[in-house]
Amino acid sequence: MSETTHSGPMLAADGMPLKRSLARALRRQKLRALALVAPLLIFVLLTFVTPIVSMLWRSVENQIVPETLPNTIVALQNWDPTAGELPGEDVYAAFATDLVAAVDAKIHTKLGTRLNYEMPGISSLFRSTGRDVKKWNLETDGPFKEKFIESDKDWGDIDVWKTFKRYSGNYTSGYFLNAVDMENTATGVQLRPEDQRIYATLFIRTMWMSLLITGSCLLLGYPVAWILANLRASTANVLMILVLLPFWTSLLVRTSAWKVLLQQQGVINDLLVWVGLVDDGNRLVMINNQFGTIIAMTHILLPFMILPLYSVMKTVPPSYLRAAKSLGATNWTAFWRVYFPQSVPGIGAGSILVFILAIGYYITPELVGGTQGVFISNRIAFHISTSLNWGLAAALGTILLAAVLLLYYVYDKIVGIDNVKLG
Amino acid sequence: MTNQGAGDAFVLFERVQKSYDGETLVVKDLNLSIGKGEFLTMLGPSGSGKTTCLMMLAGFETATHGEIKLAGRPINNIPPHKRGIGMVFQNYALFPHMTIAENLAFPLEVRNMGKSEREEKVKRALDMVQMGTFGGRRPAQLSGGQQQRVALARALVFEPELVLMDEPLGALDKQLREHMQFEIKRIADGLGITVVYVTHDQTEALTMSDRVAVFNDGKIQQLAPPDVLYEEPENSFVAQFIGENNTLEGVVKEINNGVALVELDDGELIDCKPVNVSKPGERTRVSIRPERVEMNKARLQPGAHTLKAEVLEFIYMGDIFRTRLRVAGNEEFVVKTRNAPDQRRMQPGEQIEIGWLPTDCRALDA
Ligand SMILES: Nc1ncnc2c1ncn2[C@@H]1O[C@H](COP(=O)(O)OP(=O)(O)OP(=O)(O)O)[C@@H](O)[C@H]1O
Ligand SMILES: [Mg+2]
Repeated sequence: MSETTHSGPMLAADGMPLKRSLARALRRQKLRALALVAPLLIFVLLTFVTPIVSMLWRSVENQIVPETLPNTIVALQNWDPTAGELPGEDVYAAFATDLVAAVDAKIHTKLGTRLNYEMPGISSLFRSTGRDVKKWNLETDGPFKEKFIESDKDWGDIDVWKTFKRYSGNYTSGYFLNAVDMENTATGVQLRPEDQRIYATLFIRTMWMSLLITGSCLLLGYPVAWILANLRASTANVLMILVLLPFWTSLLVRTSAWKVLLQQQGVINDLLVWVGLVDDGNRLVMINNQFGTIIAMTHILLPFMILPLYSVMKTVPPSYLRAAKSLGATNWTAFWRVYFPQSVPGIGAGSILVFILAIGYYITPELVGGTQGVFISNRIAFHISTSLNWGLAAALGTILLAAVLLLYYVYDKIVGIDNVKLG
Repeated sequence: MTNQGAGDAFVLFERVQKSYDGETLVVKDLNLSIGKGEFLTMLGPSGSGKTTCLMMLAGFETATHGEIKLAGRPINNIPPHKRGIGMVFQNYALFPHMTIAENLAFPLEVRNMGKSEREEKVKRALDMVQMGTFGGRRPAQLSGGQQQRVALARALVFEPELVLMDEPLGALDKQLREHMQFEIKRIADGLGITVVYVTHDQTEALTMSDRVAVFNDGKIQQLAPPDVLYEEPENSFVAQFIGENNTLEGVVKEINNGVALVELDDGELIDCKPVNVSKPGERTRVSIRPERVEMNKARLQPGAHTLKAEVLEFIYMGDIFRTRLRVAGNEEFVVKTRNAPDQRRMQPGEQIEIGWLPTDCRALDA
C-alpha cells in the first residue's frame, strides 16, 4: 500500500535509494563468487570457447590471399573477367612484385595450397614458377606477361586469374560451399559435378546412422535399465558394474574386439559356418561396412543410454505400477500408460547424449567402417591431418555443430527440454 | 458386525504364511475373516507384516502357504488387475503425468467404459470427496490432504466392494489426519464398502474401526472391537501397545472363582482378574489402565484394593492431570485424573494411598 502514496524510490535508513544499497551489499558476494569460479571459467574459455570461436573464424577466413598478393588484388580491380580476355601487363607486373616478395618470405607455396582448394593445379603452378622468379629482376626484366606464360603456360589460363579475383577478399564462403558440395564458379554458385559430391552424402549418412545407433541403444538399453532399477540394490550394483565395465576398457581394445568377432574369418562367422547356417564359401560381410559401424558403436554408446534411463527409472516408485494394476490395468497397459510416460525424461536424456556422441564419433567408424561406414568426422579428421585444408574442416565442423544445435532446438520444441532428466 | 463365522466371510485368510527369503516367516499362520461392509484395521508396530498381508490380498505378493478367499472364491491365482480391489497407497501413487480427472478416469478407461458415463462417474467421485473443482490440476499442484482425497476417490470410482488402505494418512499433520479419519469413515459407511485399513496409529485404529486386528511378529495378537481391545486386552503385548498401561510384575499364588491372588515382587498381595494365567506359581504381569486408578480415598468404589504409593512427578495437561508414582517398586506407574474441582494437585514426595477395582486389574502373561 505504501508504494502508492510514496513518490520516488524506496530509501534505505541512510537516505540512499534502497536498490543502490542492496546492489552494493550484493557486489562483494558476487565478486567472491566470481573469484571462486574463475579457475574453471578460464579453463572453459581456453579449452572450449576458444577452439570453437577459432573454428568458426577459420571456416570463413581468407586473409592469406589479400596479404600475400596486395598489389595484384588492387590491379585486378580494374579487370573485367567477363570480357574473356587475360588481364593486362599491369596485373602481371603487380603479381611479379607480390610473388617475388612471397618467395623471399617463403610463403608462396602456402598461398598455392590455399588456392588449390578452389582450383586444382594452382599449387604446382606456384611451386614451379616460384623457382623461376628467384632469377628475375623486377626493374629490368619486363614485360612480365610473357615471362609468366613462358615460365608456365597456365599463367595464360583466364580461369587462374578469375580464381584470384574471386578469392581476393578477406573472407570467403568457399569453404562452406565446398562443405555442401557446391562451388563458386565463373558462372555463379552451383552444385559440383556429380562425381565430386561427397559431403551431403556423408552428412546424411552420419545423421541416419546416428539415429539408427540411438534407436538400437534405446531398444537394448531400456529393458536393461528397467531390470537394474527394479532389482534389489545389491544385485543391481553387481550388474551395474557390468554396464560400466566398457568404460574401463580402452575404446581401441573394444573396437578391435569387434573386428575379431565380426570379420569373415572371425568368431561369429566361424560359429555360423560350424552350425551350418552359413556356407563356408559365402561368409557374411559384417565389418568394414555400415553394419559393423552400427554394431560396434551401439555397443560402445550403450552405457550412455542405460545410465540416464536407470537414474530416471530409479525415481519412479514401484507403487505407481501397483496402483495402475489395482485399478484394473493389465501389465501392458500399466506399463504403457503409467510407467513409460514417466521414463520419457530418461529416454530424452539418453537419446540426446547418444545421438550427439554418435554424430561426432571418429575412432570406431575409422576402424570398422570401411568406406561405406565412415562418418563426416572421419572426413574432418582427414582434412585436418592429411589434406591440411583446415578451412574446409572448420566449415564441416561448423555445419555439424549447427546441426546438433538445430536438433536440440527441435527437440526442445517437440518434447521440451525440461523433460530431460539425468536422475 | 463382529465375528462372522467362516461361512459368510467376505474376505478370508486361511492358515496363510509368507516368507520373502525362505528363511524367516514374515506372516505366521494367519487366520482372519472379514465380514461384508466391515471396517477392519490392522494395527501393529513397524515390520509386523501388515503391509505384507495387504499386498497378498491385493495380489502383489503371493502367499507361501495357505489360501485367501474373496467372496468365497480362492484368489491365489487371480492376477491383481482382475481382483477388483480398490487400493489407497501410503504415498497416494497418483500418476503425476495425468490430471486429477484423468487419474480418476483411468480405472474406468481400462474397463472400456464410455466417455459420457466416465465423466459422470469421475465428477460424482470428485464431488464425494469435495474436490469437484480440481479435476484439471496435476497431482503436484495439490496439497497433501487434497492428494489424499483424490487417491481415495480414485480407489472408489470404479465401485469396488473391497478397498484396502495402507497407512493412507501417514503423511498428514494431526489436525488434517483427524479430519480425514472422519471423512473416510463417513464415505465408507455411506457406500457400504468393506475396508481393510492399515495403520500404526492406535487412536486412528480405535476411532475408525469396527474391529481391530493387532499384529505383532507376523501373528494376530488379538482381534476385537476397539472397546474390547482397550478394556480387555488378552495379552501383555496388546495391553502395552494399545493405550497407556501400568504394569506390575509378580507371581500367581492361587486362582479361585475367577479371582487370582498375585504376590507382587515387593511382597504385596493383590487380587486380579486372571486372563492368561492358569496355575499358581506362574509369573505374571498385572496390567491396570491409568484412568482406572483412584487417588482420592473418598471416591474409592466399595471392594477396591488399596496400595501405598509415593508421588514422583505431577504434570498439568489441561484437561487431565498426569501423576507419576512409585508403586511396588515400579517408578513408571502413571495415574490420570480428570481436572475436576475437587481433584487435588499432588506434590512430589507425598506419600499417598491409591486403589482400584480387582476387575480392572488383569493378570496377563509375563
Ligand atoms: N519385498 C520384501 N523383501 C524382503 N523382505 C520384506 C519385503 N517386504 C517386507 N519385508 C520384510 O517383511 C517384514 C514385514 O514387512 P511389512 O512391510 O509387512 O511390515 P509392516 O507391518 O507393513 O511395517 P510398517 O508399519 O513399517 O509399514 C519386515 O521385516 C520386512 O523387512
Ligand atoms: Mg507397511
